[in-house]
Amino acid sequence: MDEAGAGRFLSGYRRDYYGGALMCLIGLGAAAQGLQYSFGSLTRMGPGFFPTCLGAILVLLGFGIAATAKRPALRDGVPDGAAAERPRPEWRGWFCILGGIVAFVVLGKWGGLLPASFAVTFISAFGDRDNTWKSALVLATTITILAVVVFWWALQLQFPLLSWG
Amino acid sequence: MIGHSLADLWQGFGVALEWHNLMWSFFGVLVGNLIGVLPGMGPLSAISILLPLTYTMHPVPAILMLAGIFYGSQYGGAIGAILLNLPCHPPHAVTCLDGYPMTRQGKGGTALGITMIASFFAASVGIIVMIFASPLLVSIAFKFGPAELFSIMLLGLLAGGTMSSGSALKGVSMTVIGLLIGVVGTDVNTGVMRFTFGFNELADGVELVALALGLFGVTEFLRNVNRVHAVGSGVKVRLRDMRPSLKELRQAFLPIVRGTSVGTLFGAMPGTGPTITTFIAYALEKKVSRTPQRFGNGALEGVAAPEASSHSKTQVDFIPTMSLGIPGDPVMALILGALLIQGIQPGPQLISEHADIFWGLIASFWIGNLLLVLLNVPLIQVWVKVLQVPYRFLFPAALFFIAVGVYSTNNSLFEVGEVLVFGLMGAVFVAFDFPVAPILLGYVLGPMVEENFRRAMLLSHGDLGIFVNQPISAGFIVACALLVALQAWFATRAAIRRRGGQAAAAQAQAPSPNDAPRDPKRPTLVKQR
Repeated sequence: MDEAGAGRFLSGYRRDYYGGALMCLIGLGAAAQGLQYSFGSLTRMGPGFFPTCLGAILVLLGFGIAATAKRPALRDGVPDGAAAERPRPEWRGWFCILGGIVAFVVLGKWGGLLPASFAVTFISAFGDRDNTWKSALVLATTITILAVVVFWWALQLQFPLLSWG
Repeated sequence: MIGHSLADLWQGFGVALEWHNLMWSFFGVLVGNLIGVLPGMGPLSAISILLPLTYTMHPVPAILMLAGIFYGSQYGGAIGAILLNLPCHPPHAVTCLDGYPMTRQGKGGTALGITMIASFFAASVGIIVMIFASPLLVSIAFKFGPAELFSIMLLGLLAGGTMSSGSALKGVSMTVIGLLIGVVGTDVNTGVMRFTFGFNELADGVELVALALGLFGVTEFLRNVNRVHAVGSGVKVRLRDMRPSLKELRQAFLPIVRGTSVGTLFGAMPGTGPTITTFIAYALEKKVSRTPQRFGNGALEGVAAPEASSHSKTQVDFIPTMSLGIPGDPVMALILGALLIQGIQPGPQLISEHADIFWGLIASFWIGNLLLVLLNVPLIQVWVKVLQVPYRFLFPAALFFIAVGVYSTNNSLFEVGEVLVFGLMGAVFVAFDFPVAPILLGYVLGPMVEENFRRAMLLSHGDLGIFVNQPISAGFIVACALLVALQAWFATRAAIRRRGGQAAAAQAQAPSPNDAPRDPKRPTLVKQR
């Protein structure tokens, strides 16, 4: 194993540790929230019983995951190349995809179907490095026309084309 | 009883062949096939995108259409796996191993043809098993009380979590997350709002479509963006190429039969996903073959057996889903959720109360699979074209369909926001190597698990012993314990072996079927070979 391999080995350990910690955190949160509702007894369970138990189980599982953290190099036969593909965070893509959905919600509320469909396609298209603004524009226009014809006109979707609030 | 089943089946054909039912079934198969072929889209995304369409439909055509989408997209996925080495749906990862080498040898058409024959044969066998096993299972299921239902659901959840791919602990914790998501909303017994965080929109719980599209749509896009590029392989498949020769048919026949039996056997077990089934079928073929070295280099058996097993598994999976109301895998959970939305509670009563749905569905399977064969012969060239749709156009368009689809469920933008949250959540889990599919299983079963646990405790006056005192329930609990023990044993053995053979493991090892399913969704993983 070269240096890259060593780096990967650390990150692999950490991935399981953080994953386990995440599960513990969610489990604790769920249990804490579950305890806010009445717990009841086994015979007469309150609404808090089930979520609290689930939270506790999740915490245990989280510890289990962290305890059995494996070295990725030895993890079930991952071919070496697999590590090369987990790698650089794809901020631009992620941001554009999430931003597209946010734009759909916001423009759907204060704008209507027309701007919302255009925005979701246009913004998310920019997530891909191969898309130019021209190709994104063409794609977004096509989809918007489709939205109007198929969803608004043909399927009678209850979504005003243009609206304010 | 068998005669009765056959009479019902006859009636079912009547239902399935009604003009509008047939039309929707055809539509489902066609669209499912189309979406399945698209790179990065599997049955889960196909069904969840089209689920909102069914809300206004009558339950019978709705479920026929969804089933059509399901096997249509499953078959469509095989096309991508064989021609482009892109497994969009985990079960097809195995098909890639031998399917893609066949394509490179110019025998892609033959592989597709054999896949078609294998899936049709396997589906037929699965349907026959379904016809005879369902009434049998139903007669047992009527004896089920809350304790039995809880135990069998527990088994299903455990199996669904542990038998998917990757670490068993991670799978189970995802199932628990799903159960927690199922808790969100108003508690049926007391009317208390749980986990709503002040949002009135969450009082009815999390929307199934929003969860599914977030986890299988948005999460996939977040993971694949700028990483998947459609690589036109320049393959030309002609109709003529798809017809396998007599020799190839004879070569594929026994593997198909073996694959089908593996699929049928495992289909009966709740929770064993199709991925495991295909890997077992592949391993079995390799083991019985006289020339195992051909596997991985374009062995016809390596395509025929896994495809057959996944298709028969698919059909048999409908048995517990429809007759017990317990889905075997996430896709079934989605179909179950769709039935619940239609106001139909799957379970032993389904067959008596909604005989038209049950038998119509079985009959439509046959018709649908036949349609699939008929469709794919003339349309194969179209599918090859569709395969080359660049991802950069695909995902923005799909994102729009997701947004509009979720909105149309309840005309609510809040649910589009839910998609965003679940998509982000799924992406975080995926980054930590958690499988997201068990979440859906947990979500759909969650309310039922809680309800039955509560009822069982009420009946037994808080005595947990009820789960082991009743014989049927005890059987399921023993099965759960066995499952956990087996998983623990396998994990320890693997750990010991690993420690022993670190040096050997560091080298590139021969691909063994147990190794690969860690995350077969990643195309690169398979490209290594």
